[in-house]
Amino acid sequence: MGMTMTEKILARGAGRDSVRPGDLVLAKVDFAMGHDLTIPPAGRIMREQMGAEKIWDPERVAVTQDHFQPAKDAASATLGRLTREFSRDMGIKWYFEVGQGGICHTVLPENGLVLPGELVVGADSHSCTYGALNNFATGIGSTDLACVFALGELWFRVPETLKFVYHNRLKEWVEAKDLILYVIGQIGVDGARSKAMEHTGEALRHIDMEARLTMTNMAIEAGAKNGIMEFDEVTKEYLDGRAKRPYTPVSSDPDAEYEKLFEFDAEKVELGVARPMSPDNYSPLSEVAGTRLDQVFIGSCTNSRITDLRRAAAVLDGHKVAPGVRLIITPSSHQVAIQAEKEGLIGIFLASGAAWTTATCGACLGGHMGVLGEGEVCLSTTNRNFPGRMGHPKALVYLSNPAVAAASAVTGVITHPHEVLDKMPAGIA
Amino acid sequence: MTLPKVIRGRAWKFGANIDTDQIIPAKYAIYSLDEKELGKHAMEGVPGREGWAAAVTQGDILVAGSNFGCGSSREIAPVAIRGAGISLVIADSYARIFFRNAINMGYPILQSPQASEGIEDGDELEVDLEQGIIRNFSKSDEYPTEAFPKFMNELLQMGGLVPWVRRRLEERRHVATARG
Repeated sequence: MGMTMTEKILARGAGRDSVRPGDLVLAKVDFAMGHDLTIPPAGRIMREQMGAEKIWDPERVAVTQDHFQPAKDAASATLGRLTREFSRDMGIKWYFEVGQGGICHTVLPENGLVLPGELVVGADSHSCTYGALNNFATGIGSTDLACVFALGELWFRVPETLKFVYHNRLKEWVEAKDLILYVIGQIGVDGARSKAMEHTGEALRHIDMEARLTMTNMAIEAGAKNGIMEFDEVTKEYLDGRAKRPYTPVSSDPDAEYEKLFEFDAEKVELGVARPMSPDNYSPLSEVAGTRLDQVFIGSCTNSRITDLRRAAAVLDGHKVAPGVRLIITPSSHQVAIQAEKEGLIGIFLASGAAWTTATCGACLGGHMGVLGEGEVCLSTTNRNFPGRMGHPKALVYLSNPAVAAASAVTGVITHPHEVLDKMPAGIA
Repeated sequence: MTLPKVIRGRAWKFGANIDTDQIIPAKYAIYSLDEKELGKHAMEGVPGREGWAAAVTQGDILVAGSNFGCGSSREIAPVAIRGAGISLVIADSYARIFFRNAINMGYPILQSPQASEGIEDGDELEVDLEQGIIRNFSKSDEYPTEAFPKFMNELLQMGGLVPWVRRRLEERRHVATARG
């Protein structure tokens, strides 16, 4: 019996010839990540409770200062300091200081730290993002991370795999974000609970790596353990000159067993949003167009890489943010910010009246720089809109792609981008 | 710390898809290393349940619907619930990271769609952890719980992943010493 990509990676990590869904395995980890909210507890558990003095391999760990950094208050400064000190004491090679890294899920791929065929864990739920690079990547807790730090291995239940096939190509204006919101709307926030989502099909071959990362990023919003994609030319090109280690791609066997097969015609997917207050509350854009907004947020590990900012800038160029609305743009990494500066995107944002911030998770999790108040309505390019996610439990959050967000900032209501821009310039769409 | 055999307490009932930002709003993540402080704000993000933690009596039981603890990986979610004084969580089903965080902490959680359906807010419960049975005194009813894989039960019984890692580190040191 053949195996899926996910099963092959877990079998290799466990030192076994094969594994089946439901097996509990102890597997070696290839790379691990933590940040300013999860390193302090993990470090304390590892040292004070588990009694480990050093981490298993300081070259296979990355730490980012992203959630509440630059410190939003004195308590966050303490968490930042504990994160910094732990990274220094343990000799962690891939430590990213404030102003030099950014959001973990952009920083790790852009630095070539998470590679095909690998078993990757991160103490953050959106660690499933890395799976677009043909690896098994999943979110874990702080006790889990302490275990990985101490031993270099962790227990896993081998997940059943759900296969998602996307036929044909996405239409003009429709982005990877619209596709994944549509899928989550179809299967629900627990539709893939504890399972692997394997994405494949023609539509994916025609989207770039950043768009693919947007899709695997949101696997957790369907409850999945991981999201994973095949290795192809796009993967190879993205990693050329970037990969920090040699790697071996993995593919699913033709006779691999899937729990369920889902097929979608990508060409039929419309621009869409997730309405308040759940990521599976999908609605075509046409049904919510005209909804009045207080804030528009372009940011997060989901949709604030350079391609996202290019599309937002193309829409905003020559326009002003509507009176009564604030637009906050947060690049997802320092490298993205540098590139945006080179391309003149920041000038466009500032001229439009947007607030441009440093790279941080910031407003996405209601941390800082864009927290919502009671009754406020926000359109956001982020991943999650459960009650209270971005601030007050009675704030209303809609999720969309960056071009829709930019157009809506210009009009002040939820708007199709073609009402502001005739056509996305070639090379940007 | 080993688990008690029997837990008794009042049920606090919550719905489906309660995510971690409702269990403990992210703004309280600044208290990541302070279980008591986190406990004061447990479930504060659930609309209509503000001030809930103050009403909990030590030992009470939280009962939820499906996909409990979806969202973030932050371990402060089960930590906050424990910090509020809740002795045990029963749900129709759990989101996976919340599930593994609780098991890793050695914190008892049970999966029982029947209990999640049958129990109402305020019911008096007795849970026999050895037999996996939930008794509802208020309704004179009882519900079975779903068995966990052997390794997860072992982790729970020994008090979570910390003692397990300690033992494994010991084994490695012995091997290293024996090899000289």
